[in-house]
Amino acid sequence: MTSERAITWLLRIYIGLIFCFVFAPIAASFVFSFNSDRFPTIPLGDFSLQWYKNIYNDPAIWDALRNSLTTASVVAFVSTFIGFCTAYTDYRYRFFGKNFYLALALLPPTVPLVIFGLAMLAWLSQINMSGRSWSVIIAHVVLCTPFAMAIIRLRLAQMDQSLESAAWNLGASEWRAMREVIIPFTLPAIVSALCLTAAVSFDEFAVAWFVSGLNQTIPVVVLEILQGQVDPRINAIGTFVFLTSMTLVIIAQVLIMSRDKSKEDAG
Amino acid sequence: MTQALVEFDTVVKRFGSFTAVKELNLEIHKGEFVAIMGPSGCGKTTTLRMLAGLDQPTDGEIRFSGRRMNDVGPSERDTPLVWQTLALFPFLNVVKNVEFGLKMRGMDAPTRHAKAMDWLQRLEIGEFATRDISQLSGGQRQRVALARALVTEPEILLLDEPLSALDAHLVIRMQGVLTRLQRELGITFVYVTHSQSEAFAMADRVVIMSNGLIEQIGTPQEIYREPSSRFVAEFVGRNNIIEGEVTRTAGGKVTINSPVGSCTAALPSQMKVKKGEPLSFVVSADVISLSNTKPKGENIIACELISEEFIGSVATLFVETASGAELKAQIQQRDLTKLDTSPGARIHLSWPSASVHILPQTSNLQGEMT
Repeated sequence: MTSERAITWLLRIYIGLIFCFVFAPIAASFVFSFNSDRFPTIPLGDFSLQWYKNIYNDPAIWDALRNSLTTASVVAFVSTFIGFCTAYTDYRYRFFGKNFYLALALLPPTVPLVIFGLAMLAWLSQINMSGRSWSVIIAHVVLCTPFAMAIIRLRLAQMDQSLESAAWNLGASEWRAMREVIIPFTLPAIVSALCLTAAVSFDEFAVAWFVSGLNQTIPVVVLEILQGQVDPRINAIGTFVFLTSMTLVIIAQVLIMSRDKSKEDAG
Repeated sequence: MTQALVEFDTVVKRFGSFTAVKELNLEIHKGEFVAIMGPSGCGKTTTLRMLAGLDQPTDGEIRFSGRRMNDVGPSERDTPLVWQTLALFPFLNVVKNVEFGLKMRGMDAPTRHAKAMDWLQRLEIGEFATRDISQLSGGQRQRVALARALVTEPEILLLDEPLSALDAHLVIRMQGVLTRLQRELGITFVYVTHSQSEAFAMADRVVIMSNGLIEQIGTPQEIYREPSSRFVAEFVGRNNIIEGEVTRTAGGKVTINSPVGSCTAALPSQMKVKKGEPLSFVVSADVISLSNTKPKGENIIACELISEEFIGSVATLFVETASGAELKAQIQQRDLTKLDTSPGARIHLSWPSASVHILPQTSNLQGEMT
């Protein structure tokens, strides 16, 4: 018994250490964002909101934020829509080359981001679409769609095969069955995919850096500031970005968990 | 008979190179309770799915009241199905599930709600109307599925092994519910099952299928007493199927020399047999009399008891003849006490020649070929 308890405690300490390792830099950034000193040193200076005021009054940051939020929302909707369609075609139909189709649909996240970004830049400038406001959107949709598809596909796999046929059997046309049965059933996964793709797009830096041109997103602006000088504004921006992304990811996680529960109930 | 409600006219269904249903001919009449029974893969579910329009026949024609239905989609037919998995919508509550069919038909919310509630009351689950499906027991879900299918007041209801997931005592209860509903509503039930007890307990007519073909259509009595083929006789169970050779025909009776001994059987008037011909016959386990001493009469087989099996009030005895052929006999438990049933005991089996059912010869050949 005692050795078992010892192991339990060791595992807890281990997990605690991992969390420290992951979150310490973020926590430090959070703490220093309220520090009045210019350089991150200990002991800390006074508590201050000056860096937040500073970024609040910087129109460049506002532009970037607007860019990021627009991009993230459009990307979330478009990639969730494409992801849903891909997942549904996979669920519903058998056709020649389906495995190839699926492999292609899941491929983008496996490509290293720098290469992906570079390739996107090359391609978009070829077709004269680089540096526009929707260049980042196009690139991010390609990057995010597989995540949306994977989440929705998982949900469809949990669906009783006869559910859709049951709707037809009760007089629903194929479109009606989609609206009344497939979409309500996959709704938790759809919302979850919206949050997750928004978070991925909001955070993504490498691809955005290559293709954004003058329409910089927040992560790109952070890099630009960082290249110039040591600037505590980064801490303030970082804290904001972190909270936004975490909120989205946590919502997505909660929805994924609740859908596991509904599966247990059904079983 | 009047115009059949449903006609299958030489219907064939192929999936790739696999033929699920081969030349199916079947008529189903208004108000009938038809059970389609057979082992898994016999084509019974495919037949039902074709009725619902979920699968299209590869060949042949399906007609509803004379109208060709081959190209009519599932949503344009009024053929609700009670699914094996029930397929209740988990994101809707009980009453919304029941309303679904009415909503698809464009009925306004208050009317469809009232109708759905009526059906829930009728199936004695009105109090669960606002519950989630996940909060219901198996039997309650079953009733929701029935209400959802019946709420549109169809002419025909299709059921695909709906009771297979229920406990034995619930099955009996639901059989009662189904039979009563079918009588009250006067609509046609087409019930697919692999369970003989379900089919025999409820159906007016039973269709036995095997390998995509109909083996026999008849009342439960006919199927049980007069199986038309070796397959049916075996599928129905509780039968002794004996093969032998004709040694004598006289006075409407035939004598057959078989591994269990010489047996006589009443020969159906339309059947012609010749001496030396092979012939198979069926002796139901429940027509056999047993005694320790040798009785008088025909078809007396001396055996040795191997084992016995109790199922409540009925016991099945497994016996072996001197030549090693095995037979089974079924008797009431109260008659069992009059017998010496210690293993190895000498027992005489006997049965009247009128109770012997001779299998049609053509189907014998078929049975041997498969």
